[in-house]
Amino acid sequence: MVKFIFRRLLVMIPQLFLLSLIIFILAKQMPGDAVTGAFMGNPNVTPEQVEKIREQYGLNDPWYVQYGAWVGKAVQGDLGSSYTHKQPVTSLLAGRVTNTVTLSLFILIVSYIIAIPLGIIAGRWTDSWSDKLIVTYNYFAFATPLFVFSLLMLFFFGFVLGWFPTGNSVDVRLEVGTWDFYLSKLKHLVLPGMSGALLATAGTIQYLRNDIIDTKLKDFVKTARAKGVPEGKVYTRHILRNSMLPIAAFLGYEITGLISGSIFLEMIFSYPGLGQLFIQSITGRDFTVTTAIVMISGTAVIVGTMLSDIILSAIDPRIRIE
Amino acid sequence: MVTIDDKKLIAKEKANNPSLAKTIWREIRHDKMALISLVLLIGILITAYSSPLFIDQEQLQRVNFLETWEAPSEAHWLGTDDGGRDVFGQLLLGTRNSFTIGLSVTVIAGLFGLTIGLIAGFFGGWIDNVIMRIIDFLMVLPSTMFIIVFIVIVPDYSILSFVLMMSAFAWFQKARLIRSKGLAERELDYINASKTLGTPSWKIMFFEMFPNLSSLVIVNMTLTLAGNIGLETGLTFLGFGLPASTPSLGTLISFATNPDILQNKSWVWLPAALLILVMMLCINYIGQAVKRASDARQRLA
Repeated sequence: MVKFIFRRLLVMIPQLFLLSLIIFILAKQMPGDAVTGAFMGNPNVTPEQVEKIREQYGLNDPWYVQYGAWVGKAVQGDLGSSYTHKQPVTSLLAGRVTNTVTLSLFILIVSYIIAIPLGIIAGRWTDSWSDKLIVTYNYFAFATPLFVFSLLMLFFFGFVLGWFPTGNSVDVRLEVGTWDFYLSKLKHLVLPGMSGALLATAGTIQYLRNDIIDTKLKDFVKTARAKGVPEGKVYTRHILRNSMLPIAAFLGYEITGLISGSIFLEMIFSYPGLGQLFIQSITGRDFTVTTAIVMISGTAVIVGTMLSDIILSAIDPRIRIE
Repeated sequence: MVTIDDKKLIAKEKANNPSLAKTIWREIRHDKMALISLVLLIGILITAYSSPLFIDQEQLQRVNFLETWEAPSEAHWLGTDDGGRDVFGQLLLGTRNSFTIGLSVTVIAGLFGLTIGLIAGFFGGWIDNVIMRIIDFLMVLPSTMFIIVFIVIVPDYSILSFVLMMSAFAWFQKARLIRSKGLAERELDYINASKTLGTPSWKIMFFEMFPNLSSLVIVNMTLTLAGNIGLETGLTFLGFGLPASTPSLGTLISFATNPDILQNKSWVWLPAALLILVMMLCINYIGQAVKRASDARQRLA
């Protein structure tokens, strides 16, 4: 096990290296750099001065030196500074990261709260009317594109019924830290969160249903029944214990979906998180911010899948890679 | 020599192992939802693809400021948009464009994934190892973000580059799937026999191994088609997809980013949103039926 964790950690190093290299190359392809961005159109700065500043910032060095410097700074938490927001990227991102993480956690928790009971019901009473209903819902959740569903949710619950606020993450007039402040935060979270969660259930329901259907015919379950274990206990003690564990482990893999989902959700509900900032920075040509967001998201996914792999292998020794 | 008995045997064998197309059709006929979906989807597609016959595209793209934001009426079945353009006509053309692009991405990514998967599965060993490590890495990239970044930095952006960009991030899953089945397949006698006879590897891969994996490929492609249409319309919705001159369903839905239009002028975006929903559900129902047809244990028929 220790050996496996060590190996899995080793795999992560080239992954992070490649990710940073690709992002660095992409960043170099983006039009403009830190200096042209800051001094473009300023008549008081002569081309010679710009050249001097470029030299100072190391923009004339060979690419590998620049790459090294960039990675070195990024590791220390210095991701450059935003050209439109006139502040360091790190401090710009801090609040956004919190918002996106809050939204993602809400989606994850709610989707599990919905999906786990539904998956169990569908798996236990296969072909009953409730199973058919759940399978239909699962089809729907699987097929519907997130942005279409979110818009319909926003239109119906936000505008037609007017139950929930239609934008932002909190009512800005409220004082930070008061009870009302957190209540307003939660209210702003409900629409984007539910839109994401209702569709995110698809994978879990399907997995759980299939797994229970497979497991309930296995020998150890038959043995338990033959010994006279009550049906309810057969499920809680014997079947679910086997089927539920991998769900917890898939958590890391969900990060990829949550990140691309956050782009759509945050744009539609004007929720100030990483996804919205990503689109804003790209349309505003503020590429230092874009690069930083892609790097953070990529790292989050790499670390997430690593954690998932480790948890999975702890549960099921068969999938340990050599 | 083939005797009459042999012929009978072959006929019986054929009856017991009907072709994939026949099984799929039988499966769809027995699943009411899949049958309705198929009819509905074919109806939508015929209307959308024949629309250039009765819609003048230039007329449709012409801006008419006298008729902006008109509610649905007899002249404009679904009203008009900010430039006085007919929404219904754009909806039909958008469906055609979105479906064409979704299908192209599915086919390109499918062919590429198939080739890579077959190579990894057939050769195994270090070739398989290298390919799989690369795929493992590509799979953890946040693909939506990367597609958007690529779209922004690519010089002379066109529909072709958009399709290629989307395909570039859509083939890993397929390659992985084909490879895992291919690895099992390559241990079988017919492959070994063919190798002993000196058949070139590419011939074994594409003419002997591939036919045995084709049902898998078809199932996977039907199911990802819906996803690819969703991604195209989603990217166009965000403003990183098709140019405004080529309407997509996403173009119409992107009007809804303006709260006023979202709330008060729902005729512009709502039909396109519902149409996407219907198409996705149809494709998925058909896809599930195809999936069952390819797996004898799950068949209804």
